[in-house]
Amino acid sequence: MRAKSSFRDWFNSGEPYIWLNAGAVSLSIIMVVGLVALIMVRGLGHFWPSDVAAFDYTDTDGTVVALAGEFVDTESVPRARQAGNDSRIPADLEVIDRSLVRVGNRDYTGFDYHWVLDAAIHNLHYPEDIMAVERYEWGNFYGYLKAVKENGEVVDAAPDWESFQRYIAESEKILGEIHLIEKDLIGAVNYEMERLRLRERGLVLNNEPPGNPAFGEIEARRASLQEEYNGYTGRLTDLYERLNRASFVATLAGGREVELPFAKVVRAYRPNAMSITGKIVFYFEKLWEFVSGDPREANTEGGIFPAIFGTVLMVMIMAVLVTPFGVVAAVYLREYARQGPFTRLVRIAVNNLAGVPSVVYGVFGLGFFVYFLGGTIDELFFVESLPAPTFGTPGIMWASLTMAILTVPVVIVSTEEGLARVPRAIREGSLALGATKAETLWRTVLPMTASAMLTGLILAIARAAGEVAPLMLVGVVKLAPSMPLDGNFPYLHLDRKFMHLGFHIYDVGFQSPNVEAARPLVYATAFLLILIIIFLNLAAIKVRNTLREKYRAAEQN
Amino acid sequence: MNDQTETDKTVPGAHAVNLGALTGHMGKLSLTDEKPCINVNSLNLYYGEKQALKDISMVVPEKKATAFIGPSGCGKSTLLRCFNRMNDLIDNVRTSGEVRIGGENIFAKAVNVAELRRKVGMVFQKPNPFPKSIYENVAYGLRIQGINRRQTLDAVVEKALKSAALWDEVKDRLDDNALGLSGGQAQRLVIARAIAIEPEILLLDEPCSALDPISTLKVEELIYELKANYTIVIVTHNMQQAARVSDYTAYMYLGEMIEFNDTGTLFTNPGEKMTEDYITGRYG
Repeated sequence: MRAKSSFRDWFNSGEPYIWLNAGAVSLSIIMVVGLVALIMVRGLGHFWPSDVAAFDYTDTDGTVVALAGEFVDTESVPRARQAGNDSRIPADLEVIDRSLVRVGNRDYTGFDYHWVLDAAIHNLHYPEDIMAVERYEWGNFYGYLKAVKENGEVVDAAPDWESFQRYIAESEKILGEIHLIEKDLIGAVNYEMERLRLRERGLVLNNEPPGNPAFGEIEARRASLQEEYNGYTGRLTDLYERLNRASFVATLAGGREVELPFAKVVRAYRPNAMSITGKIVFYFEKLWEFVSGDPREANTEGGIFPAIFGTVLMVMIMAVLVTPFGVVAAVYLREYARQGPFTRLVRIAVNNLAGVPSVVYGVFGLGFFVYFLGGTIDELFFVESLPAPTFGTPGIMWASLTMAILTVPVVIVSTEEGLARVPRAIREGSLALGATKAETLWRTVLPMTASAMLTGLILAIARAAGEVAPLMLVGVVKLAPSMPLDGNFPYLHLDRKFMHLGFHIYDVGFQSPNVEAARPLVYATAFLLILIIIFLNLAAIKVRNTLREKYRAAEQN
Repeated sequence: MNDQTETDKTVPGAHAVNLGALTGHMGKLSLTDEKPCINVNSLNLYYGEKQALKDISMVVPEKKATAFIGPSGCGKSTLLRCFNRMNDLIDNVRTSGEVRIGGENIFAKAVNVAELRRKVGMVFQKPNPFPKSIYENVAYGLRIQGINRRQTLDAVVEKALKSAALWDEVKDRLDDNALGLSGGQAQRLVIARAIAIEPEILLLDEPCSALDPISTLKVEELIYELKANYTIVIVTHNMQQAARVSDYTAYMYLGEMIEFNDTGTLFTNPGEKMTEDYITGRYG
C-alpha cells in the first residue's frame, strides 16, 4: 500500500517525464556524435601513412610468396567460413583471423587488395627502405628503390633518397607547367576559337555578304590564335620530352625488377623510416590535397575540390534565387491576398510542395528548365551554336533553379510565420504616422521578419546541399572538364555542368572500379559535405541570431 | 497649418447645426466660445452584424482635451479610431454618417488616408516603439514623407523629444535601441514620434493603462501641456485621469453617447442618471 502510493507520488512529481526527455535528448546527441565520429574516423584515417609490412606468405597451394603492403583491416571468422580443409590453419583453431592488405602494384599483380590468413604469415617485418609510391595511374606502388635512369641509361646505380626526391620534384615542376599550358593557356585559346567560330556562324546566319570586313577580322584573329596555339604545342613537346627522360628501377617484394617513369609519380615516401612529426606533416599534406586537388583515377584518388566548389556555388546561386522569390510570395499571401478559401488552397499547395519527392523536381527541371526554357533561350540567343545546345542542356543554372523550386516552400512558410509574428501594434504605429501599407512593410515589418527569412534560408540550404537525385538530371556530372567559374569572360558560366559532393559520394561508392580504395574516400567526402553544410548553416545562424536579438523585445509586446 | 484657416472659414455653420442636433444629449453644454475641430454627424459603425456605434453626433473643440469615458466595450476606442480611420484595418467594418475634420468628410472616397493620419496622430494603449534607435523612431514619420536631411531631422527630433519631456533622459543615447526604454519612457517616445510630424489632432487610446503611477503622472502632465498646441482626444478607463487632464468629457455606454459636457459639470453635476451611476461607481 505504502509502496504503491510512493510510486504514484514519484510518478506525479513529473520526474519520470524529465528522465524520459533527458534520455531522448541524450540518445539524439549520442547518435549525432556517433555518426560524425564514425564518418570522421573511417574517412580521415585514410590519409595517415601507415607502415608498410613485408612478409612471406604461404598460399593455398603451398607455394611461398613474398608480399609487401599496408594492413588495412582485420577480422575474425569462424573456421567453417574458410573454405575446405586448409592445411595452413592449425587444427585446434576454431576462430581464424584474416587481414586485408593493400599490396598495390596493380599493374604487375592484377589486384590492389589481398585477404591473407594471419596464420600463414611468416617472417613479418617492417624494412626501413621500403617505399610507397603514389602514382597517377594504377594506384600505389610498393617496392625497393634500385637505380635511376635517364634516356634508358643508368645514371645512378645506388641513388640516395634526397636525389630521388629531387627527380620527383623536377618532374612535378614540369607537370605543373604542362598543366598550366594545357588547361589554362590552350584552354583560353580554345575558348576564344569557339567564340570566333560562333561569331562567324552568326554572321553567316545573318546572310552577311562574304565581303563583310568582320569575316576578315575573324580570320586574322584566328590566325593569330593558331600561331599562339602552335607556340604552346612546341613548348609542350619540349616539356613532354624532358618529362619522359627520367625513370627509376625498383624491385618488388618478390625480387622482380621493374622500371617506372618519374612522370607517373605523385609522391614517394618511406613510411617505416618516417618520424611521427614527419607522418603528421605528411598527413596534413594529403588532407590538403584532398580538399584542394582535382580527382584522379576515376575519382578514387586525389582531391575533390571541384565537387566542393560546385556544391557551394550551386547552393549560393540557389539562395540568391530562392530568397527574393519566397519572400515576395509570402508577403503577397500574408499581407495582400484576401484571406479566403483560395488563399487557403494556395497555402496547402505550397506546404505540399515541400513533401514532393525530390526526384520529381529533377524530372520537372529537366522537362521545363532544360528542354523548354533552355531550348527556347538557345533558339533566341544562341542560334549560331545550334544544334549543339548552350542552355538547352543540364547545367548549374538549371540545377540551382530546380533546387530553388524545391526549397521555396520552406522559405515561404517560415517568412509567413515571421510576418504573422510582427505585432499588430507595430504595424498600427507605423500606419498611424501616415505610412502607407507598402511603406510600413518595407520600413518596419520586413526588417523584423528578416530573422524568420533567414531561418527559412537555413533550412533551404541544408536541404539543397544534401540533395542528389534531382541534380543528376539537371546538371551534375561525374567529372566536369571545367569549373563553372574561371578566368575566361564572362567568368561565371551558368551553362556548364558541375560536380557535387553528394553525387561524388554516390559515384565513388557505387560506380567505382576499385571499391576497397574508394571506401575511405566515401567517408571522407561525406564528412566534408557535413562540414560544408554545418559551415553554411552556422554562417546563416550567426546572422539570424544577431537580427533576432535586435528585434526580440519588440516581438514580445 | 493652412487647413486651420480653412477650418475657421467653413465650420461655424456646421457647428451651429450640430449644436442643434445635439441638444438632447448635451442639454447644458455651451460650445459657443470654442472652435469646433471634429464634427461627428449621426455616425453608425458595424462590426459585421454587430452595431458598435449608434448614431453618434458630437463636436470636439479645438485645442482642448476631450476625454471619452465608459465601461469596457462601450465603443469609445472604436469612436476614437474612426477619427484617423484606423478601423479600416479591420475586416468587415461598415460605417455610415460622417466625421468632418477641417470641413471635409474623412470617409469620402477622395480622402488620402495616409495624409489624414499625418494630420491626426495617434498613441496606443501599449507603448509600441519600433525596433529601431530612439532617433529613428522619432524621425520615422518624417522619413516616410521623404525628409532625410540630417539637420532638419536633428532639429525636429530634438524639438519633439523636448515637447514630450523626454529629451533630458535620452539625449545622450539617441542611437540606442528604443526597445531598451522603460514603459513610461517608451510611451512618451511614442508621443514624441506622433508630434514630430506636427499633427493637428492627437488621439490617445488609454495611453496610461500599461504604465506605473509615476509614469502615468508624467504622461498626464505632458498631455496637460500639449493641449495648448494640439486638439487632444483621450480615451480612458480612469475617471480621475479624465477629470485631471480633460476640458470636456463624454460618457458612452453600449455604443451610444449618453452625455457630453465640460468636465467639471459632468463630474459634479451629471445630467443623466446613468452617468451619475458610472462616475460614482454604482454602475453595473
